[in-house]
Amino acid sequence: MKAYMIDLMVTAAPHVRDRRKTSHIMRDVLISLTPATIGSLVIFSFGHPLGVIIVSVISSVIAEYIGNFFFRKKSTLNDLSAGVTGLLLALVLPPSSPYWMVVIGAFTGVWLGKIIFGGIGSNPFNPALVGRAVLMVSWPTFMTQWIKPGFIMTISSATPIDSVTTATPLGIVKLQGYSTLIGYFGSRANLYKALFLGNVGGSLGETSALLLLIGGIYLLVRKVIDWRIPVSYIGTVFVLSWLFGRDPIFSILAGGLFLGAFFMATDYSSSPITPKGKIFYGVFIGVLTALIRQFGPYPEGVMFSIIIGNAFVPYFDKMVPHIYGVFQKKEVKE
Amino acid sequence: MKLFTYSPGGVHPEEEKLTKDKPFVSLSPPAIAVIPLSQHTGASNAPTVKVGDYVKIGSVLGTSPQFVSAPVHSSVSGEVIAIEERVVPAGNKIQSIIIKNDFKEEWVELNSLRSLEGVKPEELVKIIREAGIVGLGGAAFPTSVKLTPPKLKAIDTLIANGAECELYLTTDHRTMLEFPDKVIDGLLIEMEIVSAEKGIIAVENNKIDAAEMFENRIRERDIKNVEVVLVKTKYPQGGEKQLVKAILKKEIPSGGLPLDVGVIVQNVGTLKAVAEAVFEGRPLVERGVTVSGTAVSKPGNYIVRIGTPVSDIIDALGLSKKLRKLIFGGPMTGIAQATIDAPVVKGTSGILMFGEEAFDMSPEEESPCIRCASCIDSCPMGLMPTLIDYAWRRQDLKLSEKLKATDCIECGVCSYVCPSNRHLTENIKKAKQGVIKQNKIEAAKQAAFEKLKAQQEKKRAEKEAQK
Repeated sequence: MKAYMIDLMVTAAPHVRDRRKTSHIMRDVLISLTPATIGSLVIFSFGHPLGVIIVSVISSVIAEYIGNFFFRKKSTLNDLSAGVTGLLLALVLPPSSPYWMVVIGAFTGVWLGKIIFGGIGSNPFNPALVGRAVLMVSWPTFMTQWIKPGFIMTISSATPIDSVTTATPLGIVKLQGYSTLIGYFGSRANLYKALFLGNVGGSLGETSALLLLIGGIYLLVRKVIDWRIPVSYIGTVFVLSWLFGRDPIFSILAGGLFLGAFFMATDYSSSPITPKGKIFYGVFIGVLTALIRQFGPYPEGVMFSIIIGNAFVPYFDKMVPHIYGVFQKKEVKE
Repeated sequence: MKLFTYSPGGVHPEEEKLTKDKPFVSLSPPAIAVIPLSQHTGASNAPTVKVGDYVKIGSVLGTSPQFVSAPVHSSVSGEVIAIEERVVPAGNKIQSIIIKNDFKEEWVELNSLRSLEGVKPEELVKIIREAGIVGLGGAAFPTSVKLTPPKLKAIDTLIANGAECELYLTTDHRTMLEFPDKVIDGLLIEMEIVSAEKGIIAVENNKIDAAEMFENRIRERDIKNVEVVLVKTKYPQGGEKQLVKAILKKEIPSGGLPLDVGVIVQNVGTLKAVAEAVFEGRPLVERGVTVSGTAVSKPGNYIVRIGTPVSDIIDALGLSKKLRKLIFGGPMTGIAQATIDAPVVKGTSGILMFGEEAFDMSPEEESPCIRCASCIDSCPMGLMPTLIDYAWRRQDLKLSEKLKATDCIECGVCSYVCPSNRHLTENIKKAKQGVIKQNKIEAAKQAAFEKLKAQQEKKRAEKEAQK
């Protein structure tokens, strides 16, 4: 027997791991948001909106860094999750948001929404939506000021965009009714087309259903998100709007539903982990969204529905999957 | 051929079956054989030889009167030079018989059967037990015990498990290609023993050549009650519970065995060993082992004598780079070794050798759980690994039990998919052991309490009687 230099590493099985890590998942989310982000810049003609996105991302990353430093935690910047939060926050803000407000939104979102709960994976609420909710109740005027989509402006008039305000399609429906809205656009087909491409007023990233759908499908194909939440959420809004006598197709295309359903409600740490729980969670926030839109004071209900849904996640997590070979139903209680 | 699979759960990593086209080659027997006395799941054996004894190939070295046990045999001829504790693949030390090989290759006298006509099932079980046969898929459960189900539980189906879903390993694949008749014979023998009506040979669809081989042999031999089925290539398709669910659409009850649903599942290598024991009289002294990985110069499938130290195998096959990780078994469930001393035992289906790249294949550092639910979606048992992991970290055995940690089959899928590198499988194993230990303690306490109560009542009754 030969003599060997033995320097063996002993670890527990399994000795192979999937190559996909947390940072890859976050990178996929960033990639999936690229069409909507670039689209928003084109729709609202660069300039100020670009600043909103940059300020939001940078302040979120800084907020995460300071938060980790303050709690003496290892830096979690490498997992890219702070960047995702910053980008998502920018996309749910009005394009004309003042930069100081964006900074406050990013810091409150990251700190109140994430850091104080223990950082990535422990946040019970979606940090970007926490940031938006705080801004919404603090500066409602800024948060409900919508500018007209830019690339229509460049064709029809030379007015500087900052001075032209409008209302979101859902806002018009709330105040003036659906027929008035169709009147503005000429026909129902034109309205759908505008909602699809994003030629309407609204938050930076929410206007184009098409671009969000592309990103959502990318996430589904890459298996980053599960189909259950977006499908049950959008499906519920579709059915309920139809029952309320609204135009169901308009209802799912308008507002922040696609952005919320694909990118916000599917946030890992603030959504259920069991397959059955995901479906009921989607239905639950779908019901809330439809109710707020129909009966609430706000024209749009996606943000509040998701935040309320987040609070109920521990309940949905109790809808445990079937365990092989266990036949009588037992609820898991903590 | 129909294609079956189980759901939900499972993963499909790169298969890395580098050695699937390499036929079995016999490795020369070791100069010094190290044969652990107990190589099975169950009661341990006592030695039947002493230092200085001369043994032949097939001489019994240790047995146990217990039901759940299997004897061990010498794999070389020569002199017993020591009986001492030696390291085994599981990492612990076990009483082992050390034999100096005289290379005369002398066998004990072998008694074999020509046919099964008029042979009682009990006799066949006895032959299998005396040949020391255990499950060769890795669990090493005594085969004779599996074939002696409690009377009430009728067995209708026997499944030959040729799924071999572990990565890298090709032992079963080569066994099926090179010894299809022995596998079929073994299956027929076992069906005879438990009077099962149906035999099923299950092969993963990445080994279609093996499935076709069986189809041809069954047609030529005109066997009516054996069927070949394909199962989808997916890990852990070859898990007993997953295989039963995939093919028969039945679930083995929690804490139960396949025989609870009238099934026995046997690895194809085990069936070959059964056929050799019955028709050739050969005890289990050698087995097929896949030696693979990036650090071995000559990867391949080898027939290795049981008791061959892994250092001898490294000598024979050579290393292509510095060895940093040595695994007994497959990469998903195998055991990493701290030394190169452990011998090949009955349950060794593969030996994998890796260099420095093993660090990248399985990084150590954990990051926080992001609740992505990948582990829940891919658990083949429908468990919630991340929650059991949390329960264990809080030392909450009650919650671990409620979450059915004891149902974990330790396949490694949850750790494999985790993007945060969390050591889920490892912690769930610990939780499982913790729960089992706790339950044992509770049961012992309960028993002691009952005993005390009975004693007191007896005393009281005596006092009453005195009055």
